[in-house]
Amino acid sequence: MKRRDIFKGAALGLSLAVAGPALAQDTKVIGVAIPSATHGFMGGLNYHAQASIERLEATYPELDFVLATAGDAGKMVNDIEDMVATRNISALVVLPFESEPLTSPVQAVKEQGIWVTVVDRGLSVEGIEDLYVAGDNTGFGRVAGEYFAENLNEGDNIVVLRGIPTTLDNERVDAFTAAIDGSGINVLDMQHGNWNRDDAFNVMQDFLSKYDDIDAVWAADDDMAVGVLEAISQADRSDEMWVVGGAGMKEIIKRIMDGDPQLPVNVTYPPAQIATAIELTALGLVSDTPVAGRFIIGSQIITPENAEQFYFPDSPF
Amino acid sequence: MTDTTATQNEAKQGRKLPLHALGPVLALVALIILGASLNSNFLSYGNVTNVLARSAFIGIIAVGMTFVITAGGIDLSVGSMAAFVAGVMILAMNAMIPVLGVGVPLIVAGMGVALLAGIAAGLINGLLIAKVGIEAFIVTLGSMGIYRSLTTWLADGGTLSLNFEARGFYRPVYYDGILGIAWPIIVFALVAILGELAMRKTPFGRHCAALGANEQVAKYSAVKVDRVRMATYVLLGMLVGLATIMYVPRLGSASGSTGVLWELEAIAAVIIGGTVLKGGFGRVWGTVVGVLILSLIDNILNLASIVSPYLNGAIQGVIVILAVVLQREGKSAD
Repeated sequence: MKRRDIFKGAALGLSLAVAGPALAQDTKVIGVAIPSATHGFMGGLNYHAQASIERLEATYPELDFVLATAGDAGKMVNDIEDMVATRNISALVVLPFESEPLTSPVQAVKEQGIWVTVVDRGLSVEGIEDLYVAGDNTGFGRVAGEYFAENLNEGDNIVVLRGIPTTLDNERVDAFTAAIDGSGINVLDMQHGNWNRDDAFNVMQDFLSKYDDIDAVWAADDDMAVGVLEAISQADRSDEMWVVGGAGMKEIIKRIMDGDPQLPVNVTYPPAQIATAIELTALGLVSDTPVAGRFIIGSQIITPENAEQFYFPDSPF
Repeated sequence: MTDTTATQNEAKQGRKLPLHALGPVLALVALIILGASLNSNFLSYGNVTNVLARSAFIGIIAVGMTFVITAGGIDLSVGSMAAFVAGVMILAMNAMIPVLGVGVPLIVAGMGVALLAGIAAGLINGLLIAKVGIEAFIVTLGSMGIYRSLTTWLADGGTLSLNFEARGFYRPVYYDGILGIAWPIIVFALVAILGELAMRKTPFGRHCAALGANEQVAKYSAVKVDRVRMATYVLLGMLVGLATIMYVPRLGSASGSTGVLWELEAIAAVIIGGTVLKGGFGRVWGTVVGVLILSLIDNILNLASIVSPYLNGAIQGVIVILAVVLQREGKSAD
């Protein structure tokens, strides 16, 4: 009895699969391939991807989406191959897990005449993608640096926590250093907190032991800012310095909204950029709106006045 | 190695302990002198407290790891396990707030959850290794991946945070103490002393060494091999729970990046301290020295900032190897 049911199911599946391409004439499928949610930023990215897919599916009945998350580059390549082979996608939105291994698989997708949108991390060969959407790392450092230059006096001391040693981190720190250049601000020290709360806590404890006079901290990331704030409060020096994080974690944005004097501002590097990419791709498929090109999302400064528009209480980040 | 030579070795080591142990202690003293000469704040009360308190997590775990390694085992899962236990503890405490309110009962219940979760996790490792007979390396490599992704899953890719008021109430467990000595330091010291006593003075400690030196001989000498082996993993799991109890009040959060590489730091501390990686001999106080060496290196690199931060890992590696080399020379000298 049971076995017969399985056969029935298989027969049904087969007939659906045969009928599938006929239906697909009207619906267009967009494939979305992103890294899985292994840390806060990617968690937020996954949330925004799902939210925008939900919205678009409700708005455009002629669009269908297939979302795949991958824990490594190899799985992401498999996902993309499966999307092309079995779902007949019209467009691919991909945040490459790593640039090198994803370049030729994405190129192969492009050669089949499928629209390609690349998000955040570029591919290693230029000109493959139709649309490139990314955050602005140079702007991320520059906007923070400009705030420091405007709000500190000559001779004031700051310390900087850097991320994991990468080109991305270098771009941010170089832009920050350039922006405070000539302001007379004294950078006492820079150490790597690896975008990690615990590491940042330890590094900040040591900075506090080492320097008696610190006026401000550029924590460069909100996870690190959490560790830094805790170390400062432990040393009982909360009145002495303010902290600027980055990327817009909801807990930090909430404190800025509430006017916390220790957290005057924040700089965006939005995980919601995936939503921008998916929305633009969908717009290109359903209408004649031209969307090819490069879309760089500016890094904005979040102040108590505008914090509300950056606050997403449902997002995990 | 037969039983007799094992006993002879142990007797020899007992007599000449200071010579053998000199390596890591020398390295520790050298680091302290270096630190003090580089920065006048190095020996300040604040800095010493910081370094000791942050050593406590790895330290408590490393004491348990000493028993596992002495008994010829290994546990790669402790870092992920700590993250998982922290996640479970935070979720449980948040869930219990409506029932218990914010107060001592909530904290005690949270601590109970952490200890039980740790013991359960250790028991699973121990059962698979001792009863099912799978290689410890494979079992704990597997559970390392399982606990890490369970934590990420529990946190939905983000961070699990303890309720704000509960955190404020729990916070003193990391930051306060008695007579100016922070709680994590006191707990670490107690665990180390009890561990040292258990290793030297109790049948359990001797059975661990016998099991690590030669399992067959231990079996014929009426040591309940399976039970001892399992006990080492349960003990380690419980200590991971204890370390988590000290860890959660510090930042009040856990995420997929909590406790990354703690297992390697704990294993490194154990080996620096003079415990033999292939089992048969363990030295708990050596482990404590090893843990202090590891956290002092980081501290000094931050305080001094004389080298490019890109090279921090390289310097750490050199000092770790050096500490073990010094110890070897001590051994061949006698």
